[in-house]
Amino acid sequence: MTIARLVLWRLLQAVPVLLLVAALAFALEMVAGDPVTASLGPDATAAQRAAAVAQLGLDDPLPLRYLRFVGAALRGDLGVSTRLARPVGGLIAERLPATVELAGVAFVLSLAIGIGGGAYAAVRRRARSTRLLLLASLFGVSLPTFLTGTLLILIFAATLRVLPSFGRGEVVALGGWTTGLLTGSGWAALVLPALTLAAFQSALLLRLVRDGMIVALDSEFVRFARARGLSHGVVLRHALANALTPVVAAAAVQLGTLVAFSVVTETVFQWPGLGQLLVESVATADEPVIAAYLMLVALLFVAINLAADLLCLAIDPRLRVAPAGGA
Amino acid sequence: MTLLAVEDLVIEVPGGRAVDGASFTIEPGEVLGVIGESGAGKSLTGAAVIGLLPAGARMSAGRILLDGERIDDLHEEDWEDLRGKRISAMFQDPATALDPLRCIGAQLNETLNAHHPMIEKVRRERVGDWLDAVGLPRERMRAYPHELSGGMRQRLALALALCPAPELLVADEPTTALDAPLRVQVAALMRRLAGRQRTAVLLISHDLHTVAAAADRVAVMYAGRIVESGPAEAVLRAPAHPYTAALLAGLPGVGPRRARLPAIPGAMPLPGTRPDGCAFHPRCARVAPRCRREAPTLAPGTAACFYPLTAQAAHG
Ligand SMILES: Nc1ncnc2c1ncn2[C@@H]1O[C@H](COP(=O)(O)OP(=O)(O)OP(=O)(O)O)[C@@H](O)[C@H]1O
Ligand SMILES: [Mg+2]
Repeated sequence: MTIARLVLWRLLQAVPVLLLVAALAFALEMVAGDPVTASLGPDATAAQRAAAVAQLGLDDPLPLRYLRFVGAALRGDLGVSTRLARPVGGLIAERLPATVELAGVAFVLSLAIGIGGGAYAAVRRRARSTRLLLLASLFGVSLPTFLTGTLLILIFAATLRVLPSFGRGEVVALGGWTTGLLTGSGWAALVLPALTLAAFQSALLLRLVRDGMIVALDSEFVRFARARGLSHGVVLRHALANALTPVVAAAAVQLGTLVAFSVVTETVFQWPGLGQLLVESVATADEPVIAAYLMLVALLFVAINLAADLLCLAIDPRLRVAPAGGA
Repeated sequence: MTLLAVEDLVIEVPGGRAVDGASFTIEPGEVLGVIGESGAGKSLTGAAVIGLLPAGARMSAGRILLDGERIDDLHEEDWEDLRGKRISAMFQDPATALDPLRCIGAQLNETLNAHHPMIEKVRRERVGDWLDAVGLPRERMRAYPHELSGGMRQRLALALALCPAPELLVADEPTTALDAPLRVQVAALMRRLAGRQRTAVLLISHDLHTVAAAADRVAVMYAGRIVESGPAEAVLRAPAHPYTAALLAGLPGVGPRRARLPAIPGAMPLPGTRPDGCAFHPRCARVAPRCRREAPTLAPGTAACFYPLTAQAAHG
């Protein structure tokens, strides 16, 4: 099966990438971190320190320590936060839901706006409303995220006072996960940060979809479809499918960046997610957390790209030929 | 009764008139071949008949009648009802004419269903029948366009265009993108399948073999006008217009071996640069003073020429 082979191949390709990122994370901990001081405190005696070094294996050769680091990470042992003195894995698990929900809602929102708006702008190429839409999308791609966020807070939270400007609202615990999607205040809290995140992404998608859709609508197969009497709606659907294939890869990268780099938005809205955790950890030089964050982001990108590849395969039969075929 | 009548059609493009008073008719079930050099206005004429003029081209005068009713002033929604069912079309490039994302069976299925809703089982049978008809094995129903050869794709396009059983098919260069040996084969297939369901064809082509293989009648287009028309056999064997004669001079067996229209010295005038008198006179070997002053008109079954090569009545 070519699909199974592709998945296997992609996973194999991901291994060196992940190992490299792990090496970076390891180097970061090694260069910047001081696990001895972290575990014993600054006023330990030289003898105590030497004993700790031996016990932690810090005088072992580097490759061995690296392997030990990777092995521990694979078992889910990501070390202990120097700032909070808690296991990093637990810290991340605690913050992950907030970021995933924010990024997920923002992603769905930007897909809806990007695809809907892009298709509209292509079909109604010369309408006044289209020009307005494109102008708005220009703002979307050019305004920096912190400015969009601040503006939204200024309008909806400070002036109109209809939406909260910080926090997640009330959350409900579901097993190990906390969700804000089941409460009114949770949704209300989501609106502004999700809009802020989606502003840039949806504007970018809108332009991509519009360009692709214009090409598709002008293509021969659409002309032929119309010539043999397929209805407007059917033709639009097929044109959109063709316009979207190249958008999938772009959207995947965007989803990755939404999760990984929501740092700014989370800071502006004091959103208790991974981005905020990262900012706090960088500020206090909490190397184990930063290292774990790095590896998590790398893993996320690998997973999302794999999903995007599979989606492209499902949509476009031309990609399903065996890679060696060269067709 | 005449199926299609194009009367004094004028199509303007930014440079000027690309079609400049073209008139012709097609009877039910008849195959009319339209030939002429590149830029004569053949494709624009075909596009006007199917109501799909490209952006930048505009029909500014004339009438197009289907079964005696005007179709050139229809709204897009009305065109949607007409296309496929009554007039269908296929185009030159089989590589880009099909939706690359869906298998060929689905595309046939969808086209059939759009015009003649029927139960799934019957429809699947019909899809198979159409694949058979154009010489594609039924088992390839699930094949995607990129898995087919150019010839197979164009035969599939023929099935897609014909399956709604239209009264008229506009086929714009349906064989031009194919290798020479395939052209006549596809042209003959088109003639057979269209004839089987009495679909008339407006067959536009550069390729004289294609036209010879499929057309009942031939119209020759030059600089946006029909300059000669008549029964295919008569026009191709004994052309009356010097332009037609020059075109035919390149047919294998007569002149140098070339499948496409031969080069005639000089170039056809671009839209907006039509010379006074007969538009062909600057390139015509038989040019006379009158040709520079006066534009000849086309009477039915003749050539628009003051000094035709054969008797005026030749094509009757
Ligand atoms: N969309 C358009 N915009 C502007 N000019 C056009 C357009 N379509 C065609 N033309 C011009 O109109 C003239 C006739 O074009 P048309 O495509 O009908 O020629 P044709 O006889 O089909 O030629 P060919 O054999 O090369 O296909 C040409 O001079 C062409 O440049
Ligand atoms: Mg053409």
